[in-house]
Amino acid sequence: MAILEVRDLKMYYKTLRGHVKAVDSVSFDIERGKALGIAGESGCGKTSMAVTVLRLLPSNGKIHGGSVKLDGIDIVKLDDEEFRKSVRWKKISMVFQGAMNALNPVHRVGDQIVEAILAHEDVPHQEAATRAEELLDMVGINPKRYKEYPHEFSGGMKQRVVIAMALACNPDVIIADEPTTALDVMVQSQVLKAMEDLRKRLDLSMMLITHDLSVIAQTCDNIAIMYAGKIVEYGNVIDVFDNPTHPYGMGLVKSFPNIKAERTRVRSLPGFPPNLLAPPKGCRFHPRCPLAGDICMEEEPELIEIGSNSHKVACHKVDMLERGVNIWEQ
Amino acid sequence: MGAVRATDQERSVGHGEVILDVENLVKHFPLRRGIAQSLRGGPELAVKAVDGVSFNVKKGELFGVVGESGCGKTTMGRTILRLLEPTAGRVTFEDIEVTALSAEQLKQLRTRMQIIFQDPYESMNPRLDVHRIIAEPLRIQGMVSNSKDAIPYIEKALEDVEMTPPEEYLYRYPHELSGGQRQRIAVARALVLDPEFIVADEPVSMLDVSIRGEILNLMLNLSRERGVTFLYITHDLATARHICDRIAVMYLGKMVEKGPTDNLVKHPLHPYTRALIGAVFVPDPKRKGFGKVLKGEVPSPVDPPSGCRLHPRCPIAQDICKEVEPELVPADDNHMVACHFALG
Ligand SMILES: Nc1ncnc2c1ncn2[C@@H]1O[C@H](COP(=O)(O)OP(=O)(O)OP(=O)(O)O)[C@@H](O)[C@H]1O
Ligand SMILES: Nc1ncnc2c1ncn2[C@@H]1O[C@H](COP(=O)(O)OP(=O)(O)O)[C@@H](O)[C@H]1O
Ligand code: SF4
Ligand code: SF4
Ligand SMILES: [Mg+2]
Ligand SMILES: [Mg+2]
Repeated sequence: MAILEVRDLKMYYKTLRGHVKAVDSVSFDIERGKALGIAGESGCGKTSMAVTVLRLLPSNGKIHGGSVKLDGIDIVKLDDEEFRKSVRWKKISMVFQGAMNALNPVHRVGDQIVEAILAHEDVPHQEAATRAEELLDMVGINPKRYKEYPHEFSGGMKQRVVIAMALACNPDVIIADEPTTALDVMVQSQVLKAMEDLRKRLDLSMMLITHDLSVIAQTCDNIAIMYAGKIVEYGNVIDVFDNPTHPYGMGLVKSFPNIKAERTRVRSLPGFPPNLLAPPKGCRFHPRCPLAGDICMEEEPELIEIGSNSHKVACHKVDMLERGVNIWEQ
Repeated sequence: MGAVRATDQERSVGHGEVILDVENLVKHFPLRRGIAQSLRGGPELAVKAVDGVSFNVKKGELFGVVGESGCGKTTMGRTILRLLEPTAGRVTFEDIEVTALSAEQLKQLRTRMQIIFQDPYESMNPRLDVHRIIAEPLRIQGMVSNSKDAIPYIEKALEDVEMTPPEEYLYRYPHELSGGQRQRIAVARALVLDPEFIVADEPVSMLDVSIRGEILNLMLNLSRERGVTFLYITHDLATARHICDRIAVMYLGKMVEKGPTDNLVKHPLHPYTRALIGAVFVPDPKRKGFGKVLKGEVPSPVDPPSGCRLHPRCPIAQDICKEVEPELVPADDNHMVACHFALG
């Protein structure tokens, strides 16, 4: 059974120029113990979707409908107090984009973890300190370094500290927003390996947000590809990487360089992502899509299942695409 | 999709004419010491960002320099152009000794050697429109006396980066352009003086994956069709692999391996290059699993390890590695490696 079940979730930011529809009717599941990767270009709404699930919205952001079921309970309907007391950090927690740079430079690393624990749980300081040491150990940092300051840690170690903080209250689901984007490849590999070990050991479910498809391919079970506030393709990583079917999904997967494959060509998608204040009518991808027809400019395509294995695609021309037409070839 | 097949037009490198020759280039940044430390004496401390690098680049070649952050790539690129003054070493461009030029001579050479910076947001004044951004180098060089005279040059540069019709973009501000277009403007600004050589320092790392290809293709086209020579600096081996003729790998201020792209990627010889390639993730879920990475972390460039700088992390290190620094020696045709044990 799915531990997290998101249906038709909508979250808009109110601005002087109108509503930014950053999350616009998004649906997906995360199975217990599994990892879902969320991919998409900068500004497509990945972070917005995550903070919506965690209900950590800025004052101009508001949920405009939909449900988020955690273990069968709709957490959108809980009042703020209840959500804070029993859900946020306790059941679902998050590693924020760029969080490792937000560690407080004048406080010892261990104390910052203790602070995170005490902020959410009413336990004696000593117990929190012991737990902080365990958490450091869990993410592969020698607990002896508890008393050091952030500047004494490398980037990879700081990222591990931030992950340890997210695990402070034993959550079931962890959302990681671009956890390795700022890191070098070797350090990225070390951090992701540590996360995978943790996930197995603690039976954690994970949402991994990244623009790096190779990270999703190698660490996630499922993938959702977002475009302009919507999920346009969703499925098992093997299905989606082997047979990307949405024109955008296909372009994204095929333009991603692969060092282990034969040296071929550099590709790119023409055009650029739409302004979410006034997204294109109909299918939001139509201004960039080589297949776009009249219907695409009028009607919004729904996310429908193709084949089996719950591989889903939102495109009017899905029949044509399933026949394997390669639309991005010249 | 706008695409050029790198392999179609690959030329034999290694026999071409050398356009840039770098000999034993060194760039150290002295560390500021507290008064107490200075009084106590002791050795001057410095960040050894680039510590004796030699290589050459052939005319029209796309030469890649790859390595993890902090290994000295940016410092090397800037020192070659003398945007930073070298601590030691010699840089020769065609028959001009760049490292011996006066400021005035250097300014003249700028028309032939240009740079594209890492961050298009930082390197572009948001209050200038496209036309003024691209006109800037022309103005500095005194090639035009007023902005009207600059227009033909600017239009040509915009056409070169495939931003047509140019009128459409001339009076836009950076915030009215997409990330990819902004980076094209950065390329156009480097091209407007019609240089023969361009240092491209991480020109796509700030861009979305879907638009990286357009800038990389542009560089490939410029090198293939116009004979522009590129020093492509990147931490991303996967993109270097797709456009470069040759690649050099740096570790802690040193070049540890260099060779023709396919050769280096398929048959890496240096333990560091091997680990680096092994750690790169691939967009293929059927190849799950983590590559073997080196133990530990990159040491400080202030006090790099003795002998071979990789020795504390190297899986095949022997005693000699702690004592003797390996030189960059030929392994086979054009492929060079600096390791006591890489050649069996
Ligand atoms: N507080 C806010 N008020 C108004 N608009 C916002 C706000 N925060 C984000 N947005 C807009 O919402 C859209 C989605 O932003 P979001 O941060 O979710 O993108 P993202 O997919 O996480 O991008 P990245 O990959 O760059 O992190 C963008 O158009 C962004 O400009
Ligand atoms: N202006 C400077 N002063 C002191 N140290 C510097 C300066 N610029 C770079 N460095 C140091 O030199 C080393 C190489 O840096 P850099 O050339 O930027 O590497 P890369 O581009 O490969 O990431 C790093 O240790 C960096 O901190
Ligand atoms: S619905 Fe139409 S415009 Fe949208 S992706 Fe499919 S074919 Fe392209
Ligand atoms: S010289 Fe020694 S330490 Fe250096 S890479 Fe070769 S084997 Fe490893
Ligand atoms: Mg984000
Ligand atoms: Mg750099």
